[in-house]
Amino acid sequence: MTVVVEGKALTQDYHVSGGMFGSAKAVRAVKGVDFAVEKGKTLAIVGESGSGKSTLARIIALIDPPSGGVLKVDGQAVDISRKRLTPAMRSKVQMVFQNPYGSLNPRQKVGDVLMEPLLINTNMPATERREKAEAMLAKVGLQPEHFNRYPHMFSGGQRQRIAIARALMLNPALLVLDEPVSALDLSVQAQVLNLLADLQDEFNLTYVFVSHDLSVVRYIADDVLVLSKGVAVEQGSREALFANPQHPYTQQLFAATPITDVAAIRARVERRRLARAEA
Amino acid sequence: MEKKTGALLTIKNLTVRFATSTGAFTAVDGVDVSVSPREVLAIVGESGSGKSVSMLAVMGLLPDTATVTADEMSYNGRDLLKMSAAERRKLIGREITMIFQEPVASLNPSFTVGFQIEEVLRFNLGMDRKAARARAVELFNAVGIPEPETKLNAYPHQMSGGQCQRVMIAIAIASNPRLLIADEPTTALDVTIQKQILDLLMDLQEKHGMALILITHDMGVVAETADRVIVQYKGRKMEEADVLSLFENPQNSYTRALLSALPENAKGDRLPTVADFMAAEALK
Repeated sequence: MTVVVEGKALTQDYHVSGGMFGSAKAVRAVKGVDFAVEKGKTLAIVGESGSGKSTLARIIALIDPPSGGVLKVDGQAVDISRKRLTPAMRSKVQMVFQNPYGSLNPRQKVGDVLMEPLLINTNMPATERREKAEAMLAKVGLQPEHFNRYPHMFSGGQRQRIAIARALMLNPALLVLDEPVSALDLSVQAQVLNLLADLQDEFNLTYVFVSHDLSVVRYIADDVLVLSKGVAVEQGSREALFANPQHPYTQQLFAATPITDVAAIRARVERRRLARAEA
Repeated sequence: MEKKTGALLTIKNLTVRFATSTGAFTAVDGVDVSVSPREVLAIVGESGSGKSVSMLAVMGLLPDTATVTADEMSYNGRDLLKMSAAERRKLIGREITMIFQEPVASLNPSFTVGFQIEEVLRFNLGMDRKAARARAVELFNAVGIPEPETKLNAYPHQMSGGQCQRVMIAIAIASNPRLLIADEPTTALDVTIQKQILDLLMDLQEKHGMALILITHDMGVVAETADRVIVQYKGRKMEEADVLSLFENPQNSYTRALLSALPENAKGDRLPTVADFMAAEALK
């Protein structure tokens, strides 16, 4: 199998001012993370707030350069702090953000949202750009009449479809998805997850999927990387990780995740009844 | 089973309409809700289901554009609809209290958390400064905030989201309420913090013998906390059942659709969506 993206010893430092008299300090948000994702697979990055998962996602999406380590896309080392990103490389890696209310320009029509990546990164003529955008709109389950509408006229789930469509306009090999369904209702979440699975099959896409929700990760991931305070505390296949989590932090995450299993509910109801009978 | 007691809060045929620029919008449409003392009732629904609006109507927190009608809305046998505003204020914030989704936004950023909890104790419960400070320390201990004396001097931005929600809970239980309404209390929090906050709420509920109404969109939270569940969809009540029956044998097709859309219940590659499910049900 070919590896689409890999990271070696990636680190990220943020510099925070030490106040009026203190000296500036560096906070290491990502502390030496290694990973590799094969073509057509999904790597889930799991962690809580402050774990560095979004920082890592932004490095992988070629938005921020890492402070240290090497990022390779299609076997080629990319360092955006030294060299401007080429349109070819930008086309390979695209990102979908968590909040579809914030990630779309409210003054830009949906059609323009979809055509803009082509305008910037390719020499495609206008008619062809329009054809591609219309085709992509249909691919993500939206209607042709949506082309000239503004983002505020869409629901959260539809907006996330637009954001996904925009990310796919340049035929990327890799999609970095930062919590793409956590702002969505359960029923809409299911639709968007299904759409992502369909698109992955159709275009043989590779996903890096950032999430805090273990039930979503279990559904979508092939491999899982658990991040805690910038350290990859556990990495492995979904099957292995869910069957037998090794690291105490992973175990803690599992223990905290609510269970909707009927046997577990019955046990809880029974415990509560007994506790009340005693009191 | 425990012996039957009268309901603490009874709402019958509640309708809430909002006047909008495009005409009246019905957010809650003929919903009945009742909760008994010491009961944990979960109201579950997706956005737009009206799950928060019905409880905001009880608290009198809806804007002027809302029209609230009900056949009955009573607390402990007292009619909330006919009550004067002054009488209502004696109940709300004392016997019935509420916490919200965004703990950091619920607190005033300009004042220390100590000031904000003492304000409630002094002006709502008539304590003097010294008694209020002592009680605040006691309450912070009760909700598991370490070093309460120091933390009382902290501003909300100096605390984490989970700590701010603990402060909100401390304020909400300050008056020993008989009913606590929690509107998505853990939605903005990490899963490990969510567990701590839910455990705390359940512990306090049991210890103080409070009734708890938990408004949530999260079936996992329902499964871990509720005695009884109301499922709402587009302002209407779809189903009401005890928690075990709801998960074991859901009666309503919307409830079944919601449960089957949970990723942990996925069978095969695809998640059945609510739309798919409703279509399949219609064919049967």
